[in-house]
Amino acid sequence: MATIEQSEKRAPWVLLSPALVTIALLLVVPLMFIVVYSFWLRTSVGGVEAAFSLANWQEALTDRFYRDILISTVRIAAITTILCAIIGYPVAYFVARARGVNRGFLLLLLMLPFWVSYIIRTMSWINILGVSGALNSLLLAIGVIDEPIQMLYNEVTVILGLVHFLLPFMILNTYVSLDGIDRALEDAANSLGANPMQTFWEVTLPLSVPGLAAGAVLCFVLGAGTYITPVILGGPTDAMFANLVFEAIITQLDWPLGAVLSLMLLVVLGAVVLTYNRFMGLGQIAKGIG
Amino acid sequence: MRGWPLIRAWTILVYTFMFLPVAVVIILAFNANQFGAFPMTGLSLRWFVALWENEAIVRAFQTSLTLGLLTAIISTTLGVLASLALVRYDFPGKNSISTLLIAPILVPEVVLAVSLLLFLQMLNIPKSFFLLLMGHVIFTLPFVVLVVQARLVAVKKDYEEAARSLGASPIQAFFQITLPLIMPAVMAGGLFAFTISFDDITGTLFWKPGGVETVPTQIFAMLRNSISPEINALGAVMIMLTTGLPLIGIAAARWHAARRGR
Repeated sequence: MATIEQSEKRAPWVLLSPALVTIALLLVVPLMFIVVYSFWLRTSVGGVEAAFSLANWQEALTDRFYRDILISTVRIAAITTILCAIIGYPVAYFVARARGVNRGFLLLLLMLPFWVSYIIRTMSWINILGVSGALNSLLLAIGVIDEPIQMLYNEVTVILGLVHFLLPFMILNTYVSLDGIDRALEDAANSLGANPMQTFWEVTLPLSVPGLAAGAVLCFVLGAGTYITPVILGGPTDAMFANLVFEAIITQLDWPLGAVLSLMLLVVLGAVVLTYNRFMGLGQIAKGIG
Repeated sequence: MRGWPLIRAWTILVYTFMFLPVAVVIILAFNANQFGAFPMTGLSLRWFVALWENEAIVRAFQTSLTLGLLTAIISTTLGVLASLALVRYDFPGKNSISTLLIAPILVPEVVLAVSLLLFLQMLNIPKSFFLLLMGHVIFTLPFVVLVVQARLVAVKKDYEEAARSLGASPIQAFFQITLPLIMPAVMAGGLFAFTISFDDITGTLFWKPGGVETVPTQIFAMLRNSISPEINALGAVMIMLTTGLPLIGIAAARWHAARRGR
């Protein structure tokens, strides 16, 4: 019987090995590698040279240009996250408390945006806010304006695009938490004399914090790492950090600098994820996706 | 509760905000007006015909479909095996491995894209369709693992054990008992991987070799000029495909469950 026991012990590792090897080879090793790469030097002919130089780090950390864009990226992601929470919470509450067919339908609708390409959802705003878009046509038709106005290509439209993209993540995660609350707790609060507002602030809201936090982390990380939204909906001065990375790697072919910039983004966003993991645990995010 | 009508009105407003722009894309795709803007002058399929005649777009579609299918197959195979290990067995380090498997979601896509690209550049492996495929496998894998794991928990281990005790080898038990039982989860995972791969843009922009375009990168390139009715038509086709497939999948699962329930 010893052989069966041994094969039982080996079995999970056999099953896991293809996925683990893939992740190790394509994610873990490359991530460790760009740390090494960030100390290498770019040669004058456009190649790279193995070295140990802090020049790239020095450039990225002291140049005001990079720092300003990092700060504005964090600011935009934070504003987006707060807006998503404020806009999404009542919706999650409504879906969690809706009954019967309605609830299934609302949940299905909530899944739909995930299946519509990010780039299509982003560019769809050009049809609404562009010079020949729906809003301008409407305003012209009712005579509010005489000439179409350019509403696109500024920071506000970047945030609008991000909120539109990330709102379903927030609603779905908050919904998962709200749905798991034992209603008896609210009834108990009511019967002990709390009014509905008190019940909400002191029972429901605190119990839904895990979902709210999971949604917030996803919104912040995805928002701060976005490349597409500022390119499509932002103006020339609205670049975010991922745009710098793309610029360094694809346009300038300055790979060591690109490695440094990627690592800076990873450290900032990684700190957010780790802080969240410390207090909430990553399992909550998995619940929202599964 | 008194606030209820207010919350309902807000929900309707937010759902409108989420869907209106996408609905406008679909409506404008049928616009007869040659500038593809409001006011609409009539309905027409001309932009869909234009798509079909545009060689670059047809090629992008072929690339996206091939890429999505291969990604789904590889990702689902790896994901199902890993989920089986995580749900069916207890072993040391299970939690860390669980986290490692969903790590690609937690790393910003730009960073993931850069690290893989630079790593392969250093090994002197040029950009290729294969790199694009492996990249897509990496960031779809966590979603497959999460979806399959969630459903696998609901399938009892007893059936497999019964098969084993009746003399089936582990491999026979898997193919004849477990796999048919978890098929809905496998299909769901595969569908998820397909739509994520089909919709991806950020990683694809970094990894794609010169001259290769997927539908999203093709739309991105076309947007450089300005929005056109052709882009709206292409968007409409994509929306129908990526929302239609899962909806058909859900309907098929319901039908299957109803038939089995009788």
